[in-house]
Amino acid sequence: MSAPTPHPGFGASPERMHFAWLRDGELRIQFCGDCEKGIFYPRSLCPHCGGEELDWRNSPGTGTVHSATVVRRPDKAGGDYNVVLIDLDEGVRMMSRVDMLAGSEAVRIGQRVRAVILPQDDADPLLVFAPEARNE
Amino acid sequence: MSDESLRGSAAILGVGTAGCGDASGRTETDIAVEAARNAVRDAGLQMSDIDGLITASMKNPMPTMRLTEELGINTSYVDASCTGGSSFLLHLVNGAMALKAGLCRNVLIVYGSTQRSGVRRSVIADYRRMVDPDVFELPYQPFNPPSSYALVAARHMHQFGTTRRQLAEVAVASRQWAMLNPEAFVRTPLTIDEALSARMVSDPLSVVDCLVTDGAGAVLMTLAERADSGPKPPVYLLGAGAAHTHRQISSMPDLTETGAVASGARAYAMAGLRPAEIDVLQLYDAFTINVLLFLEDLGFCPKGEGGRFVENGTIGPGGLLPVNTNGGGLSCVHPGMYGIFLIIEAVRQLRNEAGARQTAQSETALCHGNGHVLSSQVTAILGSANTL
Repeated sequence: MSAPTPHPGFGASPERMHFAWLRDGELRIQFCGDCEKGIFYPRSLCPHCGGEELDWRNSPGTGTVHSATVVRRPDKAGGDYNVVLIDLDEGVRMMSRVDMLAGSEAVRIGQRVRAVILPQDDADPLLVFAPEARNE
Repeated sequence: MSDESLRGSAAILGVGTAGCGDASGRTETDIAVEAARNAVRDAGLQMSDIDGLITASMKNPMPTMRLTEELGINTSYVDASCTGGSSFLLHLVNGAMALKAGLCRNVLIVYGSTQRSGVRRSVIADYRRMVDPDVFELPYQPFNPPSSYALVAARHMHQFGTTRRQLAEVAVASRQWAMLNPEAFVRTPLTIDEALSARMVSDPLSVVDCLVTDGAGAVLMTLAERADSGPKPPVYLLGAGAAHTHRQISSMPDLTETGAVASGARAYAMAGLRPAEIDVLQLYDAFTINVLLFLEDLGFCPKGEGGRFVENGTIGPGGLLPVNTNGGGLSCVHPGMYGIFLIIEAVRQLRNEAGARQTAQSETALCHGNGHVLSSQVTAILGSANTL
């Protein structure tokens, strides 16, 4: 499946475009043509200035853990897992999780991470993160 | 104050509760109706005097219709604005505007939910996930609402050195107040060490950092100029302000500063009061971290100092600043949306009828409501007749 033609403003659903690019193995982040700020999650109007000329730029997917929690779950249901907020270097924040942690390593605030796109069988691809050092 | 201001324009004549804690065997309508009846009786009025109805529901998108039907009232004004747990503070503003505009004469604000014994919060959450998902958060399975508040608490700890022991101080203070309140649901003693060793839910928050119960509450409000006719001293709406900043936690502009900064500033400006002039606080404690955030954002301590501020029982019984004197959402009652109980406890304190938990000489009370995941913030300042 290929991504729809980039269309600033109204038209193709920005949410669907995001996932279509992830299916193609690309992470792209919206930027406002008026105020130049990054935007996440993707939408139709710039939430910073109301600008309508939004374009999508390729992202290297590097960022920093802004906050983190561990959800406690019984082992038989799959065990504990982390949920994090990541600040991408472009200046946008997103929820995700950090995979590929070594043994007993805990995710920590301030940790450098890099994006990994995980294809899913019956759902949109999942954007997760791994410690930067282990994912170069 | 100009004639346009809402300051002092409306007064609360009656309050009522029902089914607080565990209302097994009863529906949310059953307990909402009982709370409404109790509030009308408390005001010395008849149900037929009610011509304005405001409510909010977590499971029914048109809740005014059922309650109008159940209460048998003829309403000229209804409102079902829902901003989560802050809704009922917003309803004070909407009700005062409707009264001032002459749209109704006596307005009843009502809420009831049986989220503990009846349709559980998880069922409602599953339904909402299906019809209106947060597609950029849901795939990571945050256990919400706890995980969203946990992310805020973890950031607050990282940024300001706040500790789990300081969060435990909030849980212990609420429990100590609850032990003085016969209506509170959880009244067993709690120590800091017990709070610290409680089972974790979503780090750094544990089972003592939140509570879910059944419960219903109602507040009857009328125009100030008609407020002297009731059997109880009227409690006046002195100021109010709202601020909405986001829906999902990943969109919150700053994890450690809430919209309470703006909603509080608006409420203080309308009331003409400063934080130091507030006698008793009711802060929506959906989770322990909320109390620290709101003490900071509403000007009771500097940003980042909330944890140190609550140490050594500052906000508990006998402390410097009485906060959540009914035991709060953490120990008294938390039926999904707690906001109406902030108002009810403030009224009881200002009327000097809070029994063993009564604070000395309360003339002003600040109620701060929080909705969803710190998404909506609404502040209301109430006062006795002396403050008009």
